[in-house]
Amino acid sequence: MVRADFDRHLRMLQSDLLILGSMVEKAIAKALDALKRRDAEAARQVIREDDYIDSKRYNLEEQCIELIATQQPMAGDLRNIIAMLHIAVELERMGDYAEGIAKICLMMEGEPPLKPLIDLPRMSEMATEMLRRSLDALVHRDTVAALAVCNDDDEVDALYDQVYRELIFFMVQDTNTIQRATYLLWVAHDLERIADRATNIAERVIFLVTGKMTEINVSRY
Amino acid sequence: MVTENFLNLPQIETAEDTVESHRDAAPESVIDVRNLDAFYGEVRALKDVTLSLYRRRVSAVIGPSGCGKSTLVRCLNRMHEMSPGGHVDGEVLYQGENIYGAGVDPVELRSRIGMVFQKPNPFPKSIFENVAFGLKVNGIGGNLGERVERSLRRAALWDEVKDRLKQSALQLSGGQQQRLCIARALAVEPEVILMDEPCSALDPMATLAVEELIRELSQEVTIIIVTHNMQQAARVSHHTAFLMMDQDKAGYLVEYGPTSEVFTNPKSEHTEAYITGRFS
Repeated sequence: MVRADFDRHLRMLQSDLLILGSMVEKAIAKALDALKRRDAEAARQVIREDDYIDSKRYNLEEQCIELIATQQPMAGDLRNIIAMLHIAVELERMGDYAEGIAKICLMMEGEPPLKPLIDLPRMSEMATEMLRRSLDALVHRDTVAALAVCNDDDEVDALYDQVYRELIFFMVQDTNTIQRATYLLWVAHDLERIADRATNIAERVIFLVTGKMTEINVSRY
Repeated sequence: MVTENFLNLPQIETAEDTVESHRDAAPESVIDVRNLDAFYGEVRALKDVTLSLYRRRVSAVIGPSGCGKSTLVRCLNRMHEMSPGGHVDGEVLYQGENIYGAGVDPVELRSRIGMVFQKPNPFPKSIFENVAFGLKVNGIGGNLGERVERSLRRAALWDEVKDRLKQSALQLSGGQQQRLCIARALAVEPEVILMDEPCSALDPMATLAVEELIRELSQEVTIIIVTHNMQQAARVSHHTAFLMMDQDKAGYLVEYGPTSEVFTNPKSEHTEAYITGRFS
């Protein structure tokens, strides 16, 4: 089979990208869990582990650059590598949002809880689900599934609206809550951005398959 | 299109400007191939090729060995009929006129549509004589020295040979010999130059020099280049035609379009397989 070695490298690249995806997914879940349980040690662990995510991203970038330099990819191969290069960056940024949530968790250490967290974990689940489905769409080269991910961003936006209104309400009712409510607003914003980046991944999948570069669903935020 | 200068930055040309400028200028066809079949005796080497080649653009013809790339370009200035049994069906319109029509003089045609071959083939004469040859044969008068200099300059060879114009062309390096052949083709001021694998006998540096020259010349001349080297086609051409051999061994046109599209998002799965190296 011609280009068997190149094909093997492309497969390895994709597996590495999926590993990065799963590292990021875990980081988001751990950060939210740390926030919910007010577990500072768990939050510190998320912050430490972000270094692994960063280095995995750089490693992926290096692999992409090496393949471009040594294999002169064309057409579908070129789009594949370029898409993976972009997706690696998107994933690493998602990891940064998880780290951001963990840092907020530390900032809230010692503060009394504002309210039981219900919508934020829900937002996190939705965003993580979008991430998982965008990577599934990549594996299956499925543009329909990718498009569905983009469209689901509206639901996350709607939930963000709801959280925003609720937290503003807290602040208006009692100025003592402003600091804690603002922290939670930052968390909501980080989660909203994670969902946006999942749509970016889905858009890259559509580019990979069709060669068309378009923004499918413009986020309201 | 220059990006709106809202930041009060000095005007700079961006990559977008370059891409857009090529897209904006609607290409005008100079050669129109219509339902062309080419034969060697009874054997059909090309079938039903239809495409338009654009003025002052570089068009690359790519495809696996034996798919009829060279035959196609040799049909464009009637060189094909000089091969044993070489004949064609269909039309090749040059500026709207069928070059296979009655009354067309192939020699005159070849001065309008010149050719550069795979292996540099300078005559065993001086550098000057090589370039002046076509002018003399075609009875082109005027200041021979000036015309030779102009052609050598256009072929980016002047600085390297200006002090040894009387030396034998055979003393030049392979890359210089090929640029000399391009200068010889340019001397008679053709509108189109056909290049059949012009770099296949050259080293990488000489290849890049010829590629640079091709891009430069395309501002005034239409160039059609046959190449086995896909990266070369991607680097030098504006449009790319991909030919393949059918089951009956005749070459046919699979895809033809802007090079940027053919190499990033080809329409045909055959093109995709060929340019990604998965052609079996």
